[in-house]
Amino acid sequence: MSRKGIHIEGISKTYGEGNTAVHALKDVSMLVAPGEVVGLIGPSGSGKSTLLKCLGAVIEPTAGRMTLGDEVIYDDGWQVRDLRALRRDKIGFVFQAPYLIPFLDATDNIALLPMLAGVPNAAARARALELLTALDVQHRAEAMPSQLSGGEQQRVSIARGLVNRPPVILADEPTAPLDSERAMAVVRILNDMARKLETAIIVVTHDEKIIPTFKRIYHIRDGVTHEEVGEGRSF
Amino acid sequence: MISLAGRDILHTWGKFVFTGIGLGLLIGVTLVMAGVYRGMVDDGKALLDNSGADLWVVQQDTLGPYAEPSSVNDDVYRTLLAMPGVAQAANVTYLTMQVGSAENEVRAMVVGIAPGSPGTTPGWPPYLVAGRQITRGHYEAVVDIAAGFKVGDRFAIRRNYYTVVGMTRRMVSSSGDPMVFIPLKDAQEAQFLRDNDAIWQSRRRSAANPAFNRPGVPGLLDAVITSQSSNTFVNAVLVTLEPGHAPEEVAAAIRRWKRLTVYTRSQMEGILVGKLIATSSRQIAMFLVILAVVSAAIVAFIIYSLTMDKIREIAVLKLIGTRNCTIAAMIMQQSLALGVIGFVVGKISATFSAPVFPKYVLLTPMDSVAGFFAVLAICILASLVAIRMALMVDPAEAIG
Ligand SMILES: Nc1ncnc2c1ncn2[C@@H]1O[C@H](COP(=O)(O)OP(=O)(O)OP(=O)(O)O)[C@@H](O)[C@H]1O
Ligand SMILES: [Mg+2]
Repeated sequence: MSRKGIHIEGISKTYGEGNTAVHALKDVSMLVAPGEVVGLIGPSGSGKSTLLKCLGAVIEPTAGRMTLGDEVIYDDGWQVRDLRALRRDKIGFVFQAPYLIPFLDATDNIALLPMLAGVPNAAARARALELLTALDVQHRAEAMPSQLSGGEQQRVSIARGLVNRPPVILADEPTAPLDSERAMAVVRILNDMARKLETAIIVVTHDEKIIPTFKRIYHIRDGVTHEEVGEGRSF
Repeated sequence: MISLAGRDILHTWGKFVFTGIGLGLLIGVTLVMAGVYRGMVDDGKALLDNSGADLWVVQQDTLGPYAEPSSVNDDVYRTLLAMPGVAQAANVTYLTMQVGSAENEVRAMVVGIAPGSPGTTPGWPPYLVAGRQITRGHYEAVVDIAAGFKVGDRFAIRRNYYTVVGMTRRMVSSSGDPMVFIPLKDAQEAQFLRDNDAIWQSRRRSAANPAFNRPGVPGLLDAVITSQSSNTFVNAVLVTLEPGHAPEEVAAAIRRWKRLTVYTRSQMEGILVGKLIATSSRQIAMFLVILAVVSAAIVAFIIYSLTMDKIREIAVLKLIGTRNCTIAAMIMQQSLALGVIGFVVGKISATFSAPVFPKYVLLTPMDSVAGFFAVLAICILASLVAIRMALMVDPAEAIG
């Protein structure tokens, strides 16, 4: 599969109708290449989460066009039948809070995704363990989420976002609960993974500490994006 | 693929086991309830089996002797013996009353059995677990073990004392009261003999009645008084048939020639189950319905709240691409697991508590199997509410 990253043009999203309509996204365009990590920043209520939900095929945009790799997934209407399979196979999510499944151990929290896609249990666990090792939490592989520290949980949740090797990863404030050292570690991991797995990564953040690390940043204000060259500082 | 339901149960097993036990006790009550009904039917059948009769001959147009009072002259059995097809005919009386000694008083069904021998004369207890059968004509008794007497005990029925000479088991009336067998003559007295005051009063009344006390007819008053104080009635005549005669045929002949009502074994069973315990069984059926509804409500509530606790996880599962059917299966499996735990606990508690009940509780394997499937069906229905809610969860909730 050729990987062209994610390309969105003229996406708009209106919640509700008539007088109560909220134009959360007006005209959003973005292009994120494989292997690239871009920042998405903007004030509260500017539409960051809405954009991420549209990109993640969780809510339907009102208009526009989205392309994932070679595949047009939205063109004034969904072009893909099975959105859940699309999310499972093509999009990795990393949330602000880790939202791990409390009754599965660290390995199975990650291995669940390939298992859902039909990968045999042993192979799925092997893949999970590989990622845990890459993220340096392999020693906690059998711990339940409640037994993990916040940073460990966040790394497990990043591993879950990566495990199906999706062409796109959407991260909503992944560093919010972490101290600056751990936040930097997460940014490093995301950058490493982007390079290694040729993944396009979009990181929504308020975090002043990590903003300087992006090479490119999209500002969003009142539902409109503006591109800006970031400092791209090393971490 | 791993079992999400199983993992969740292992994770919160304490909650599961405790709610399972609670549900189990409820299911146990339900099983016992069904057992009470089966016990009642079985008591009725035991009553019929133990009487050893093929036909019950009773007063015309009554449902006697168990469901309605009936009295038949105690010489009718002789004429019945002469009917073709009749092997044995024996008088019998039934009277439910309090019997007791100083330390033990029970409600019992006193059965008066005609002279004869066990096995041939209908009405006799077919087997004993201790002691011997009645051999004397008066004041001996064979009692059911449930009455709480021992061989050698003495107890009173009305004015007379009886000695327990033998014990039987599972000889009960259709309402579960233990049986007390005594000789027919004693039983007739117990049932029909009036107390001395009443006899004296009735003599005085007869003497004062000019219709009986006629100067021109000496001896009439004495004759009337004798007839008033003799007890020549029994409640029914039990009849056994000679081989090769159909019960219905012989019954028809007796009805026609003796002008009495006759019931065959299957008709008698119909009376006991269909009439005598009909109200009780409807009562139990009502309880079963209520218990089923309550169990369903409890399972539904538990599964609903367990699912409510997992809304966030369900949103995440949906977001990362879990299919609806996988999520529905998880909830339904948990519901079924709860049902299985509940059923096992219920079955065990019912089995251990059944003997403690004062009346016979008969737990049949068929009822258990039916109960098991009912529990599963209830669990499936109960999980639908939670499944509906889980399917409405918006995966967008997982993103802030
Ligand atoms: N389901 C919804 N229905 C109606 N309006 C909504 C809905 N979700 C969001 N909005 C509105 O859309 C706008 C953008 O919301 P969004 O959640 O995308 O903001 P955000 O940039 O993520 O803010 P924050 O930084 O506070 O998380 C807001 O004005 C919000 O009130
Ligand atoms: Mg937001």
